[in-house]
Amino acid sequence: MDQIAIVVLNGIVFASYLFLVSAGLTFIYGVMRILNTAHGSIYGLGAYMGAWLIVRLWPGGSGALPPWTSFLVLLLAGVFIGLVVGPLMERLFIRRVVDRGEVISLILTFALFLILDDVMKLIWGVDPLLADMPYSMLGSIPLAGITYPIYPFLLTIVAGLAALVMWAIINRTRFGKLVTAVIADREISSALGINVPRIYSFAFTLGAILAAVGGAFIAPMSSVVPGISIEVIILSFAVTTIGGLGSVGGAAIGAIMIGLLRAGAVQYVPELDLFVIYALMTLILLIKPRGLFGGVEARRI
Amino acid sequence: MSVKPGSLGGESGVGEELGVGQDTAFRGDRTDEQALTGATSSPRPSRRGLLAALAILALLVLAPLLGLPSWLVFLFTVAFAKGLVVLGVVLLLRGDLVSFGHGLYYAIGAYAAGLALRAGFPLRDAFPLAVLGALAGAVLASIVGLFLARYRGIFFGMLSTAFSMILYSLLLKLYWLTGGTDGIAVRISSTLGLQPPADLIRLTQYYFVLALVVGSVYLAYRVAASPLGYLMRGINDNEIRVEYMGASVRRAIYRTYVLSGALGGLGGALTAITVGHIAPDLAYWTASGEFVFIALLGGSGSVFAPFVGAGVFELVRNYAQKASPYTWQMLLGSVLLVIILFAPGGLWSVFERLVGRRPTGSAGGPEKRPAKERRWALSSKR
Repeated sequence: MDQIAIVVLNGIVFASYLFLVSAGLTFIYGVMRILNTAHGSIYGLGAYMGAWLIVRLWPGGSGALPPWTSFLVLLLAGVFIGLVVGPLMERLFIRRVVDRGEVISLILTFALFLILDDVMKLIWGVDPLLADMPYSMLGSIPLAGITYPIYPFLLTIVAGLAALVMWAIINRTRFGKLVTAVIADREISSALGINVPRIYSFAFTLGAILAAVGGAFIAPMSSVVPGISIEVIILSFAVTTIGGLGSVGGAAIGAIMIGLLRAGAVQYVPELDLFVIYALMTLILLIKPRGLFGGVEARRI
Repeated sequence: MSVKPGSLGGESGVGEELGVGQDTAFRGDRTDEQALTGATSSPRPSRRGLLAALAILALLVLAPLLGLPSWLVFLFTVAFAKGLVVLGVVLLLRGDLVSFGHGLYYAIGAYAAGLALRAGFPLRDAFPLAVLGALAGAVLASIVGLFLARYRGIFFGMLSTAFSMILYSLLLKLYWLTGGTDGIAVRISSTLGLQPPADLIRLTQYYFVLALVVGSVYLAYRVAASPLGYLMRGINDNEIRVEYMGASVRRAIYRTYVLSGALGGLGGALTAITVGHIAPDLAYWTASGEFVFIALLGGSGSVFAPFVGAGVFELVRNYAQKASPYTWQMLLGSVLLVIILFAPGGLWSVFERLVGRRPTGSAGGPEKRPAKERRWALSSKR
């Protein structure tokens, strides 16, 4: 029984991580039809920025500011990276290929991914950044017969809040209505006077902020090293294709499915922990190519 | 337009139709994207092209004898082996299919050779191992292709990636079989029965790989000029029209895919033999990304382009990695960016423009066309 509880706990934590890194990716795809390989790089930049600030402000685990403000610092680090990198990337590169089809944008963002991977090395060097202050500060609690760290739950809360914010933005704001219109039909929206490029810019930036905030909050749980973006992006591809490209709710479901499945695999068949993820991805693509919550698209002649 | 009649059953007439109609009837549907993925240069032989090919071949044969340093011989051997995989990627690209998972075949070819040797395969010669790699690739592609032939666009790419990641996770974790991240050492005892002295081994392998490359290039060239090749170009233009003409899009894609998988397996086996060591990374998604990268770098306008692309790629990487270990990926990324934004036909189209052989189609050039939204549709299920 305890084992199952641990699997579920680990699964939820891993799912939170997956949701944070894929929600923005799937949202951007939904609005712009762009599969952004460089999304993982934005995540990496957020992680580096967060970890770097923590190390700078609390060298050796203690600093002038009260420790609880570290969470604020992480949040601000993520938002800052998203606000800087998002619009820049969109204006300079993405906008040029948005009409040239999904495959071109996949390759273009792969180029950006390669570039940003080195940008991180240039800015922060190649030594791992260890910023575990917020993590160790929270300590751990006895749970299901073991002592479980508290910080991962914070991650779950952040993921939950991110989901809530996304939902509220899409369903309860003017911007959300405009986005919904653009998703439904870009040309008609444009004809009705919606500034589509601006919607694209906002949507892309929102997605970038999500990725960077996710990165910043994950940084304290592990050391931040070069190549951090490489695994993230392939995992979030798996999550988004399972949930259905473009569906934020689908990303949540996909994240929970993969999270639990992997946690179970790690517990019972550790050799297959990666295999189950991609096997599930393949299976879903074979049965429902557009994912669990992807729309249907008519054949056009 | 010389299309061999009857070689693809009832489809040959269609192939001819498409070849003729290429630049007129279908022009209306061309999008910018196709300028990148399917250059329109004709696969017909031209005397100049043939002469150029022979000249390049002569140069490649003579270069090591004229004092090409040993490490460069090795580098080009690896580049050519990779070029074979890229050739497979390009064959699919001509049909507007981006395989973002060709690491699958690269790895299966390499591991087929490596595991066979480890299991005590009696023929420890390079040639049977290369054949084994190609066979492994073809067999795997004939299974995976059954599923993939139904997919287009981003979904084709995603499913390819998923398959390659499955293989990666197995290679990584089935330690008892594959040695995990340690990989497997691949030691052959001879090349085509020859057992050259140690200082000539690299040279022997260079010629061995070069010979296989020449054979594969010829094969790919014949395929591109066959009804199947024309069908793929028709699919690039508008697959639904191809279906209305009575040809099976799915079958054309399936056949191309199996051939592409065989080339991938061959390239993988040759890399394993040349490098002497294999690891699960061969199947990782970044390896697949690299093949797509090289394909775009070279361009899809010619069957030679993948090898030009691979050669340039390995050279640039080698020098950049030495000169500046932390920024070589940045350099590669920037080159890729420039190609996508400014030279969608790849290096080959730049070369063609320089020597004035640029075809009348839309290969290359940042021509401004009215942006047309293109939606990917899965082909109808029957």
